[in-house]
Amino acid sequence: MKRYPNVSGSIRRRLLLILLSGAVILSLGLFFTFQNFAVNLAEESQDNILKASATSILDAVSVENGELNLDLLYAAFSMLSNDADDRVFYAIRANEEFLTGYKDLPRPEKAQLTENYVTLRFEEQPVRLVELDRIVSVAGSPTVISVAVAQTLDGQNALLSRIFTVAVSAGLGVFALVVLLALISERATVSPLIRMTDSVGRRGPNELRPVAAPVPVEMEPLVVALNGFMDRLRKSLSRTEEFIADAAHRVRTPLATVRTHAEATLLRVQKEENREALWEMIRAIDESSRAAGQMLDHAMVTLRADDLEREKIDLGELATELVDRLTPIADLRDIELKLTTNPNVTIEGDPILIQSALRNLLDNAIKYSPPESDVSISVNHQGARASVQIQDQGRGFKADNIPELTNRFQRGENVDGIIGSGLGLTIAADVARAHVGELKLHNNKDIGACATLLFPSL
Amino acid sequence: MRFLLIEDNQNLANATIGRLTIDGHVVDHAASLEDAKLFITASDYDLILLDIMLPDGDGRSFLKTHTQSSDTTPVIVTTARSEVSDRVGMLDLGADDYIIKPFDFTELEARCRAVLRRKRGDRGNVSRLGDIEFDSLSGTLKTQDGRLKLRNRELRLFEIFANAPEQIFAKSKLVDRLFSYDKDVTENAIEVYVGRLRKHLKGTRVEIQTIRGMGYMLVIT
Repeated sequence: MKRYPNVSGSIRRRLLLILLSGAVILSLGLFFTFQNFAVNLAEESQDNILKASATSILDAVSVENGELNLDLLYAAFSMLSNDADDRVFYAIRANEEFLTGYKDLPRPEKAQLTENYVTLRFEEQPVRLVELDRIVSVAGSPTVISVAVAQTLDGQNALLSRIFTVAVSAGLGVFALVVLLALISERATVSPLIRMTDSVGRRGPNELRPVAAPVPVEMEPLVVALNGFMDRLRKSLSRTEEFIADAAHRVRTPLATVRTHAEATLLRVQKEENREALWEMIRAIDESSRAAGQMLDHAMVTLRADDLEREKIDLGELATELVDRLTPIADLRDIELKLTTNPNVTIEGDPILIQSALRNLLDNAIKYSPPESDVSISVNHQGARASVQIQDQGRGFKADNIPELTNRFQRGENVDGIIGSGLGLTIAADVARAHVGELKLHNNKDIGACATLLFPSL
Repeated sequence: MRFLLIEDNQNLANATIGRLTIDGHVVDHAASLEDAKLFITASDYDLILLDIMLPDGDGRSFLKTHTQSSDTTPVIVTTARSEVSDRVGMLDLGADDYIIKPFDFTELEARCRAVLRRKRGDRGNVSRLGDIEFDSLSGTLKTQDGRLKLRNRELRLFEIFANAPEQIFAKSKLVDRLFSYDKDVTENAIEVYVGRLRKHLKGTRVEIQTIRGMGYMLVIT
């Protein structure tokens, strides 16, 4: 019987989710930081050149003989030239009066400027503009010279798009790297778990050795607990089996003494009433020892059926052995056990249980048969199943009893004085069920009962 | 027959000895493996009855040394443990057969007979009675007319008579010896089997006589 645990989530999936979202956040963060830094750097460098250009224009303003003199240097503009052939505009004013340059170049409000710079539109394209002031004394009166230099942004945009490409590939590269690391660490983390799960899952029902494979330190408490459980289970199972065997021994030994004495006494007594009493005594002893034995067998069958041992069993060989074993008992009543077997009728199961089931059916057949009759046992293939059929020439089942006969302690109504515990068919049916098989009971056409055990063929 | 009984439970041993003696067997009792070894070296036995659980070691170890020795005396193991629980089959350990306690002595006798028959083969246990030969192991009667195989119950009944000629056996005693303790057995069944034996013995000097009101006895005329 498998009990399925309450499964929720997966360590692997959870770990991957965490690591992958970390990777996404990390690479996005990296991308934005890089991009931001590069854009600032590009703007700053353009701004610096614009400022240098404007400063060099201002430097070229001189006052000679009380007049402003402006000597525009080519160098002031050439420093702005670049690969993108950006256009350069300028405007020079003295006390707000336009002197030279592009008259239409917009004058930014003072508020719009951040550290003298502004980005605005001119001649239908965005430009970066710097405006610097300087106060000079012209003929004794202070004059504010203001120089505005602007440049289109093509060069900067080209640079930015190059930087963007680099930033994107850096982000993707980091993402790929982190994903790779995530997969590796997921595997490294989960693989000891999987190894242990495999080694525990592959075990047969009776393999209760402690887990010996190396495990990481974090799993140590789990493995210690597991080994502890297995140790306790092994001890408890063997204690139970030992107890069952021991209980049988304890009950049966004194019964054997009493029975033997009773038998010996019976052969010596003369009085008919004493003889009757001793017969009753022996019958009672047989009944109780049979009941004790069958109850303990039943307990053993239940215990073993829970965790079935599986080995290959040749039903023909098993039946032959059993018939050999029971022949002396059948002989006592001149009952002949007729065995017919087909070769290679094999099944998979616990031989002790299968043997117990068969012995119970054969015991019954012998017990309920009249002296000098035949019991036939045949081992056969029946389609995809293997069957053992036991037919006797006895009283048969009472038809309405059949469905209840496999219940515990349920005996047929027609057993008369024959000793039985009411557990034999229960054991046989339980064994069949544990092996995904079936126990079929019916009466033969002419006379006697027929019991068939069916198991899936190997 | 000569038995060696290896059994540590004194009560059970006494009872078993008493019961086997009634059937005319001779029994030596060893309460430990140590004693058992001494008995075996000192005398020969037809059969060893071995309790598998002993105080000074498992009966299994005895079986092992016994099978390895030159001694061919058959061993029947007696066990009170359940058949299902004994994982290692007694037979695999070298026992010739085993029997679960408590047992019916007719079953023990049947098992002994089967074991001895297997071990001795044709060199059976032949005794002469008048002009017939009786082999109690194979269950054959040899008369002047030929060989005849008795059925099990006929054999056991004849054996009782043959072991004690001219002794009278009451029907009820014969029932006790012959049948296991089913309620449905009647003394009429004894008459049936006696009738059959008489038919087999016709023309021989061996005769089963009815003693009115007392029972039957075998006489050699």
